[in-house]
Amino acid sequence: MSPLDFLSAAFLFGGGAFCLAGTVGVLRFPDVYCRLHALTKVDNLGLGLVVVGLALQSGSWATALKLLLVWFFVLISSAFTCQLIARAALRGRGAAPWGGRREP
Amino acid sequence: MHELRTGLAFFLLLNILAGMVRVIRGPTVTDRFIVAQLFGTTGVGVLILLAADAGRDALRDVALVFALLAPVTVVAFVRFAVGSDAAPGSDKEPRP
Amino acid sequence: MDVLLDGVLALCLPLLAWLVLRTESLSQAVVLFVAFGLLSALGWARLEAPDIALVESAVGTGLTGALLMHTLSWTEETPPDIRARGRRRPWALLAVAASTLMLGWAVLALPADSPGLGPLVEARREESGVKHPVTAVLLNFRGYDTLLEIAVLLVAALGARAVNPRSERPTPDAGDDPLTGELFRMMMPALLLVAGYLVWVGDHGPGGAFQAGAILAGGGVVALLTMRMGPPRLSSWQVRWALLTGPMLFIGVAVAPLFTGRRLLELPRPYAGTLIFVVELALTVTIAMVLLMFFPGTRPPRAGAEGEP
Repeated sequence: MSPLDFLSAAFLFGGGAFCLAGTVGVLRFPDVYCRLHALTKVDNLGLGLVVVGLALQSGSWATALKLLLVWFFVLISSAFTCQLIARAALRGRGAAPWGGRREP
Repeated sequence: MHELRTGLAFFLLLNILAGMVRVIRGPTVTDRFIVAQLFGTTGVGVLILLAADAGRDALRDVALVFALLAPVTVVAFVRFAVGSDAAPGSDKEPRP
Repeated sequence: MDVLLDGVLALCLPLLAWLVLRTESLSQAVVLFVAFGLLSALGWARLEAPDIALVESAVGTGLTGALLMHTLSWTEETPPDIRARGRRRPWALLAVAASTLMLGWAVLALPADSPGLGPLVEARREESGVKHPVTAVLLNFRGYDTLLEIAVLLVAALGARAVNPRSERPTPDAGDDPLTGELFRMMMPALLLVAGYLVWVGDHGPGGAFQAGAILAGGGVVALLTMRMGPPRLSSWQVRWALLTGPMLFIGVAVAPLFTGRRLLELPRPYAGTLIFVVELALTVTIAMVLLMFFPGTRPPRAGAEGEP
């Protein structure tokens, strides 16, 4: 294995770890807003690390750029997703944010 | 490298399977929609991992389309969630 | 590893399908359907069918999900007795079981090692003008199928326009919302770029007018839902042109060979690739407009409604 492969594998493992953290957050966090946080931040970092890992081993600039473009689109999309859904949840249904108490 | 990528794709799919718990438990429709978005991000990850194998370059385009059309669904969902005047309790489903 | 991967997918898909059917509320069902579409695209990807995965992600999940969600905002409360009604219809279960058995039998009755039409297409692909066999079949070898499909789509658009309800007028201050405004501004160039790319890539890989049209329509849907634009009206000449360019160009290309002593839809070999590209480009515009016509505008607020932005 070349050093590049090692680096790429490290990025892939890191990406997997952050994706796991995101999923745990979506499962364990107490309300919609906290879960949004896990989904639109942690998960994107995980995806970004996977993208970097794959771009390192892709071997062509075109492929690497396309991978980065995919990540860029996902980043933009989830930045807006987070704000839009949180706003809708707050305004539309009036779901009160979690105040620090335990869920029954 | 193929094994590592496929293994990671499998791991991401396990994440999706775990997210299914939130789909079943809900409790609100927004929670379920968030999980649908989680599936989207994780699905993009799986697709680009699978696309790294030789001869499967087209899957990268599928990931691109997923990433691009995700906000359209979000805008539609937000339109529905804010604009609908359904009773606040009506999006809660009795737990199975 | 590959077996495990496929195993988890095979576990997730029926589970989600069951959840879609089981849930009593329409909104839950729609959200679950979107999740199901995402996973089924992964399934197609695993089945080595990237063309179908692409269409599934663009049309099946992206736009259909948005359409179903948008329809929800026009619907009334969920009728509460869906489950009770379901119980009273054992014949429905019987019918489903019978058709499942028949489908399974049909699949099992297929010859296991038949190559199908693949080798035939492969042998004549040189003559089609494009490198991707799916595009060769859709736009050249069986061009009349695609032509008639476009006609069906046009009729469907007219039908959707006929039943779509009267919606709210676009508001001039819709652009004031910083979130949706900025989203629209950032999305539009990316959508145009990827739509163009998908038409171009159809020549030598999965892509083509349907996927590109769905991407373009996505931009229109965002404009429609954020009230920057009213639903397309048939009275406007732009809409009419968008609906007709694809079919008219296609019919022109189909009929032109008749004048030079060839048969209908027999594309002259040196120009076939260029003709297919131009036809696909025009079809993209038409398909985007047809898909956009399915979306009604935003629902006017009802009396006593709260929470309007």
